[in-house]
Amino acid sequence: MQVTFSIQRYDSSKDTKPYRQKFKLEVEPTDRILDCLDRIKWDFEGSLTYRRSCSHGICGSDAININGKNMLACQILIQDIKKKFIRIDPIPGMPIIKDLVVDTTDFFTKYEVVKPYLIAKNPPPKERYQSQADRAVIDESVNCILCGACTSSCPSMWGNPNYLGPAAMLKAYRFAFDSRDEAPAEHLEAIDTSDGVWRCHTIFNCVEACPKEINLTWHISQLKKKMVEREL
Amino acid sequence: MVHKHDVLIVGAGLAGLRAAVELSGKANVAVLSKVLPTRSHSGAAQGGIAAALGNEEEDHVEWHIFDTVKGSDYLGDQDAIEMMVSEAPEVIIELEHMGVPFSRTKDGKIAQRQFGGHTRPKIGADGKETRVAIQRACYAADRTGHVILHTLYEQCVKHNVHFYSEYYVVSLIVKDGVCRGLVAFDIQTGELHTFHAKAVMFGTGGYGRAWKITSNAYANTGDGVAIAYRAGIPLEDMEFVQFHPTGLWKLGILVTEGARGEGGYLKNKAGERFMQRYAPTVMELAPRDMVTRSITTEILEGRGIDGKDYVHLDLTHVGEAALKEKLPEIIGFAKTYVGVDPVKAPIPIQPTAHYSMGGIPTSLFGEVYLDEKGTILTGFYAAGECACISVHGANRLGTNSLLDGVVHGRRTGKQIAKFLQTAEFSDLPENADKQDRARFDELFASTNFKESYHHIKDTLRDNMMTKTGVYRNEKDLKEMKRIIRELREKYKNVGLRDKSRNFNTELMEVLELGHLLEFSEVVVEGAIARQECRGAHWRTDHPKRDDENWMKHTFAFKTDKGVELKYKPVTVTKYQPMERKY
Repeated sequence: MQVTFSIQRYDSSKDTKPYRQKFKLEVEPTDRILDCLDRIKWDFEGSLTYRRSCSHGICGSDAININGKNMLACQILIQDIKKKFIRIDPIPGMPIIKDLVVDTTDFFTKYEVVKPYLIAKNPPPKERYQSQADRAVIDESVNCILCGACTSSCPSMWGNPNYLGPAAMLKAYRFAFDSRDEAPAEHLEAIDTSDGVWRCHTIFNCVEACPKEINLTWHISQLKKKMVEREL
Repeated sequence: MVHKHDVLIVGAGLAGLRAAVELSGKANVAVLSKVLPTRSHSGAAQGGIAAALGNEEEDHVEWHIFDTVKGSDYLGDQDAIEMMVSEAPEVIIELEHMGVPFSRTKDGKIAQRQFGGHTRPKIGADGKETRVAIQRACYAADRTGHVILHTLYEQCVKHNVHFYSEYYVVSLIVKDGVCRGLVAFDIQTGELHTFHAKAVMFGTGGYGRAWKITSNAYANTGDGVAIAYRAGIPLEDMEFVQFHPTGLWKLGILVTEGARGEGGYLKNKAGERFMQRYAPTVMELAPRDMVTRSITTEILEGRGIDGKDYVHLDLTHVGEAALKEKLPEIIGFAKTYVGVDPVKAPIPIQPTAHYSMGGIPTSLFGEVYLDEKGTILTGFYAAGECACISVHGANRLGTNSLLDGVVHGRRTGKQIAKFLQTAEFSDLPENADKQDRARFDELFASTNFKESYHHIKDTLRDNMMTKTGVYRNEKDLKEMKRIIRELREKYKNVGLRDKSRNFNTELMEVLELGHLLEFSEVVVEGAIARQECRGAHWRTDHPKRDDENWMKHTFAFKTDKGVELKYKPVTVTKYQPMERKY
């Protein structure tokens, strides 16, 4: 079947503003969007630029915007789109370096704000024990691949670029709720600000965008709950 | 621009990050990676990391050592294996302390599962000892690599390790037997940078991208091994490339061995569990080389599903709850990519190029050898999949690769710290980046696009799959050698269509193709010479293991005339070679 791809192009080193370019491609229903981008690059337009690595949804390199939604290019097949016109853009809200490649510096800086590491001073000589129930509390949150699809889809972030964003919130949850962490307050304090957890307006865009099907809004609500309990 | 650091670590996977954590606070350390942090391919590892913790059943380090030696088809160096396996329990505990969210047993310990080739002795009713599968693989569902990679990155953030993200290393600076730094380009700007250091460590990963069907990331183009080889370092045992038995049909995406560890069956078109004919005691949990050959034989003899080139991995009897808890990613991959729900239907699978046993030769402490006699190149280190110590010999056991990355990343980090106590900066040669600059200028100035790099790459990958795959013979390998020569000639005329210096991924792909061609030739030359069957190297025209002539490591040197091969004996301590039966 033939599909038309309309791709946003922009090279920050020379273009003054983004423009669109169309490519018609003969594709199989089981082709990944990433496969289609590769074929466009290899056969037609060598300068088309995007990130990619693992090609099966675990490294998080290829978050892009497909027909208005943030997704991983390697995880979406032609047959999932159900349209013959596929519009491809970089994920929104981040500066564009070239075509579909965005600058993630700010994204990773915000990740670092929440102290994204286990805080525990004197572990025993053997492994620390953790019950299966305690481990289950962090099960979804450890699946985050830091692709940025959630944060980039968040209207609160678009409205206020200082907002740390759902990915950073999820990371704060991952450690504040790990039964092995000895200083959950340190992770919580980092987000107990107007640019932190309270900036989330429960819009659920992040949940819809997450390629790992993580319910970020629920995790953020748990953080809010824990903070309110802390204040009381 | 010239940057100066005590230590430069290239690669942000398990080996590189573990070394960085070890060196943080002791030295000025920087990590360069061609992908953003947490995108490294270590994160795609699924099933587990081996250690004789004995959390689920009795286990001993010695049993793990024996399994690894036997699994390697006796090509692994036993002193290296003993060191790695003995450190395993300690490094796993350390990972737990750093925060790795392992799955847990009912009493809260790190959970462990079965994996291929990991066994314990069992005395049968007849008084004879056999070996049966043991639960030795520590895991976090089927995301073990992902959680370890993220945890090590978290530790680097905690310790303020400096990252040069999206920097692509193009050459090593070696002069008078001392490694003094490297040249890399900043992908975002296209600028070449020179890095001056007392020590450089490569943790650049494997090279499965030279084969058409592979579980490897796009990034796994063997850059590190090719760059080292060009800098005058030999490559060891490159003919040993592991095909993982279960890649998703056509795509090659990994379906973890943990799926068989949790009880999955392999079935042919008649619905027969064919492994009973090949490895009657451990069946689907035989080592990877054996399972891969068994599947390939079934397919070649017409017993693939519907006569096609795949068989079934059947998990339907494992039960929905167990699958969702222990193999959630696999359920997702199968649904997304082949439209199969493993809870209800078997998964179509075929062998996929997966792991590189060979690589840059190193000592037990990550120091890089310049020859088969053990001469060390001062200031250069390697660990993880790009290195060959050799702990995996001719065939790696599942879950030993994550272990290799973490153990040797840590040990190499310690060794570098020791080296730094007395090491000084050696002077950089003038214009260290001259050749790279000329190559870049040439590529950017090219006005034609006579040879398309992706056609060259596809031709290489298609042919490596059929001629340097699971089964090999002299005729195919010699034909492959001819094809590579031809492709290398064509490669000289490759130009760039993208002339922008800014984030030029076409430039990267062209450089990567050069690396693929470079090491593929070494793989093929080593395979032509080795006239025997051992582990992942299976010659149909020399159908037996030949210990008398081939209990030795291949060392390939780059010369003006092409690849020159030399050999080094295998280190045998306790275990004399015997026939491998499972």
